[in-house]
Amino acid sequence: MTDSKYFTTTKKGEIFELKAELNSDKKEKKKEAVKKVIASMTVGKDVSALFPDVVNCMQTDNLELKKLVYLYLMNYAKSQPDMAIMAVNTFVKDCEDPNPLIRALAVRTMGCIRVDKITEYLCEPLRKCLKDEDPYVRKTAAVCVAKLHDINAQLVEDQGFLDTLKDLISDSNPMVVANAVAALSEIAESHPSSNLLDLNPQSINKLLTALNECTEWGQIFILDCLANYTPKDDREAQSICERVTPRLSHANSAVVLSAVKVLMKFMEMLSKDLDYYGTLLKKLAPPLVTLLSAEPELQYVALRNINLIVQKRPEVLKHEMKVFFVKYNDPIYVKLEKLDIMIRLASQANIAQVLAELKEYATEVDVDFVRKAVRAIGRCAIKVEQSAERCVSTLLDLIQTKVNYVVQEAIVVIKDIFRKYPNKYESVIATLCENLDSLDEPEARAAMIWIVGEYAERIDNADELLESFLEGFHDESTQVQLQLLTAIVKLFLKKPTETQELVQQVLSLATQDSDNPDLRDRGYIYWRLLSTDPVAAKEVVLAEKPLISEETDLIEPTLLDELICYIGTLASVYHKPPSAFVEGGRGVVHKSLPPRTASSESTESPETAPAGAPPGEQLDAVPTQGDLLGDLLNLDLGPPVSGPPLAASAVQMGAVDLLGGGLDSLIGAPSFVAPPAAAVPANLGAPMGSGLSDLFDLTSGVGTLSGSYVAPKAVWLPAMKAKGLEISGTFTRQAGTISMDLQLTNKALQVMTDFAIQFNRNSFGLAPAAPLQVHAPLSPTQTVEISLPLSTAGSVMKTEPLNSLQVAVKNNIDVFYFSTLYPLHILFVEDGKMDRQMFLATWKDIPNENEAQFQIRDCPLNAEAVSSRLQSSNIFTVARRNVEGQDMLYQSLKLTNGIWVLAELRIQPGNPSFTLSLKCRAPEVSQHVYQAYETILKN
Amino acid sequence: MIHSLFLINCSGDIFLEKHWKSVVSQSVCDYFFEAQEKAADVENVPPVISTPHHYLISIYRDKLFFVSVIQTEVPPLFVIEFLHRVADTFQDYFGECSEAAIKDNVVIVYELLEEMLDNGFPLATESNILKELIKPPTILRSVVNSITGSSNVGDTLPTGQLSNIPWRRAGVKYTNNEAYFDVVEEIDAIIDKSGSTVFAEIQGVIDACIKLSGMPDLSLSFMNPRLLDDVSFHPCIRFKRWESERVLSFIPPDGNFRLISYRVSSQNLVAIPVYVKHSISFKENSSCGRFDITIGPKQNMGKTIEGITVTVHMPKVVLNMNLTPTQGSYTFDPVTKVQSPKIRSEQVFLQSSFCDLGTWEDRGKGLISWLKLKLLTT
Repeated sequence: MTDSKYFTTTKKGEIFELKAELNSDKKEKKKEAVKKVIASMTVGKDVSALFPDVVNCMQTDNLELKKLVYLYLMNYAKSQPDMAIMAVNTFVKDCEDPNPLIRALAVRTMGCIRVDKITEYLCEPLRKCLKDEDPYVRKTAAVCVAKLHDINAQLVEDQGFLDTLKDLISDSNPMVVANAVAALSEIAESHPSSNLLDLNPQSINKLLTALNECTEWGQIFILDCLANYTPKDDREAQSICERVTPRLSHANSAVVLSAVKVLMKFMEMLSKDLDYYGTLLKKLAPPLVTLLSAEPELQYVALRNINLIVQKRPEVLKHEMKVFFVKYNDPIYVKLEKLDIMIRLASQANIAQVLAELKEYATEVDVDFVRKAVRAIGRCAIKVEQSAERCVSTLLDLIQTKVNYVVQEAIVVIKDIFRKYPNKYESVIATLCENLDSLDEPEARAAMIWIVGEYAERIDNADELLESFLEGFHDESTQVQLQLLTAIVKLFLKKPTETQELVQQVLSLATQDSDNPDLRDRGYIYWRLLSTDPVAAKEVVLAEKPLISEETDLIEPTLLDELICYIGTLASVYHKPPSAFVEGGRGVVHKSLPPRTASSESTESPETAPAGAPPGEQLDAVPTQGDLLGDLLNLDLGPPVSGPPLAASAVQMGAVDLLGGGLDSLIGAPSFVAPPAAAVPANLGAPMGSGLSDLFDLTSGVGTLSGSYVAPKAVWLPAMKAKGLEISGTFTRQAGTISMDLQLTNKALQVMTDFAIQFNRNSFGLAPAAPLQVHAPLSPTQTVEISLPLSTAGSVMKTEPLNSLQVAVKNNIDVFYFSTLYPLHILFVEDGKMDRQMFLATWKDIPNENEAQFQIRDCPLNAEAVSSRLQSSNIFTVARRNVEGQDMLYQSLKLTNGIWVLAELRIQPGNPSFTLSLKCRAPEVSQHVYQAYETILKN
Repeated sequence: MIHSLFLINCSGDIFLEKHWKSVVSQSVCDYFFEAQEKAADVENVPPVISTPHHYLISIYRDKLFFVSVIQTEVPPLFVIEFLHRVADTFQDYFGECSEAAIKDNVVIVYELLEEMLDNGFPLATESNILKELIKPPTILRSVVNSITGSSNVGDTLPTGQLSNIPWRRAGVKYTNNEAYFDVVEEIDAIIDKSGSTVFAEIQGVIDACIKLSGMPDLSLSFMNPRLLDDVSFHPCIRFKRWESERVLSFIPPDGNFRLISYRVSSQNLVAIPVYVKHSISFKENSSCGRFDITIGPKQNMGKTIEGITVTVHMPKVVLNMNLTPTQGSYTFDPVTKVQSPKIRSEQVFLQSSFCDLGTWEDRGKGLISWLKLKLLTT
């Protein structure tokens, strides 16, 4: 009697029949009926209509029947939430059962019922089970917390389950510890900010103890968790490594690979001179090789990871080349991966063996594999210089086989070999030319044409060969067309006499008859070059080409370091950081290798120091040299850390990022000289196009009485433009100190850290006097207020408008740029009061054309009030006269860079409009001083 | 963690699905079928497939695909290991891991899957524990069950589950205490045209069948343990003892299990007990050729060899073969292109001529004879 009978239906009313059976009085019949229901469920049939009948069977002493009903419930509770409530009582009762198996089963099943209403009833039983005396129940309950968190995260936090879960890490039973770690890891993954797995030496010790005693799956969870820990120093790293190493001999390959991950990561901290480092390297190789004798699926994942390990630490497997030789029964995906690793391990010592193998592979039957093998031979030639000759002769042998795709692939790689070793292997060209007719793939045709063009002077009939390609020009793919165009131009430059006609032909084909803009443009460029200056054309077209190197296949070092932290995960299979493919970027925290902190090595840490920046320069954020563009590109936005130079994060977020977004906005800001003073227009009083006055008009600010006027904060960087970071701010001057008051708001869903700020060079040399101090990470919706002191010691470059300031702010997400205008009065210094005589002399001294006149309208203040208000912003009244009923205020002010501005303010009692005359040796500031007046007086 | 599992047979029918979290629609398997179509052979379906919302990690065992659906970053090896463990368990319970066996025992399969994984976390994967929770089906038991109304499901908590030795159940009793060990060594070798060895290594396993009462503590020592390049242990082996004394000391699980697998790859230590010579020739201007292979024992081994089976995978283009072995019998399967003479003797000379399509010429010398030899040495 087998279960297959449950699949066969005798009558059309199957559901109806089952219903009857479920409600039968006989226990046996009931059980059979439930089994039938489960059987239908397994094949995806919808049996949800039977919900009430099945739930009725739940109250039973028969454990098998109970389990079956639970199975059913888990699948269908979601579709019948109201009915599912009916089951709650039984669950709660079962949680009190004396049998731990039943208690655990109840709490486990309850967690799987993804119905909101049920979760409320789950809390109490769960709390009890988390403290249950039986470890089996506790470990089941730990997983249940993760389930509940997935359904209702808030509830879990409110009920304090997370803390209980954290306590379970110290449980006496290793299985409970492992499950608690697994549950916490899963929760932490969806909430990267929560800092749930707060690892410290004590908890690490507990984990390491549990590691030895728990099940293989538990070991994987614990090892993965350990990998996220950063030891304090090399000694701690070494002791962890020592305790993890035995895991390398585990039969479960996932345990082995997780252990490899921990070791690879912590090895980074160990000094290479250490004996232990060498021992560890030796211990890593055998388990990795053993992974290759497992099932093909495991081999594939292992090989993808070995590929990373080999790039990071080639010394681990350098003697193990032979294990990567392909076997006849390897699936194709394993073969291709092995081939890749073979090339990475190829060196002068083993190249002969590798080549012999590759040659063998090239006569295989699987086309993809053969192609890759041929390509691999080319890569060997480029990687191991001594082998180049051998590789070329091997490729020639392969061309002799005349197997179409082998020939084509060989020609493509020979082109690369020519790029690496120019003028060395031209002797093979004749053989290549023989196979011209058999080439039908664009890549091979393009490669061949390139070779002919490049070595046109040595091929007697190069013109004929190229001409033959030209016949079907329009049918070729773009790649071939472009290559043909260039090759013929090269030929023309080398043999101008015979090929004039040919070049005319190709140029007209490319420019007149082609729809492809790339081809047309390249055609035009060549045409013009050739017609205007053939010598220049020669220099351009026949220029020396950079040599290619094998580095082109390698993974970029920063990415590699990140991927090493993800050994054994999906990221390592795709060779992409999780942020690139994990859905929604949820829960992605960038991981980086720990910096080497060995005390013995503190003097030299070339691997971790940011490229090109001596440690001392990092804190000094003021750019000192170079042009505008260069400056911002060189900005060193390392997070402000006092003490030793920051290592890992700076490496990751180095100046490279700045190249990305910054350029466009920078190019838009020309280094431009301000307009001459004569151009100051006569339509006085009108807002002068600068955003500043607009901005201030809008605000109904609250000025502070002490110190100069402070405008209310305005939004400088909207959250939309800065991936959720909103920056608003204003400038103040108090007691001689200029500061920038910033308000940073995190409107994104992830935590922001590592803030840094940088200014572009500006007219008055404003620069941050201290690094941007944001002490705690900025969690979502949080806002911080920061006052950033500024100095005027930065480098100076006139901007347009004069008071504009370009700012770059960096955080862990990106670098953002915005530009703002600062009110000039923040630059008015405290000792700006001029002596009377001096004032008169200076006033006369400054030529009249430097005088600018402005109207300040609608200002209700009288002369005294004006004078005192201006004084608080460091505009000092030198003298006051009354001329014809008008109050004349003579005022002086000095800017931070020592420029004096003299002012004459005419106030007519009863008339709210004042007349302001400004005289200054640098007339371009007048406009902005006027704006400052306007701002101060009207607020 | 593991979200769902689909079992798919070779013809592409999903015949079982199990979800540990919310239900994932069957349609997710379409991505798998797509990949399957792309791969020419069933063996060549890539094990990790990404789809817009999920990742599919699959294994191919006994003509069945075990496709698991995962949603978050998870170690793929973990999933693959687990899937193999599931297949092993089915094998253990039903004697074979086939569609028919699974369908026949669908309820037990479902109970097993539920017991093995909870919310994507492995729960109980040791066969000893599982067997206490869910008893394997036997004819006798099903008869007893139908009479007495008892069930296959154990109702007490397995004792081993939480102890330090989760692999062993308590209270084992045998009248005859026995322990058997099988040492199986497989030599993987690549032999080039001239007959010399390019690469050879030994993959060895020691499988044990232990039927001992109580809590036996065993040790097993080797004559020359230094030969082993790398070892993978069953969790029961005390690693420290091995590190210090090179002795395998363990409390074994009850029943069949793999104690240790090891690898010997130092070239000079791997002696291949037979010699193999082969030659391939093609007839001029014809699509036929000739393929000879000679296998014989090496003189210096001093061991007799028996039960040789030669398996040769021919390329797909080969249509037919005429085989004339000097010893034993042979078969040729035109579907899988496998010729397998069975020979019981000291020396074998095998001649075969093969016929195929015209396109064969294009492939040049593409025929590589992959040999699989099965030998028993005494």
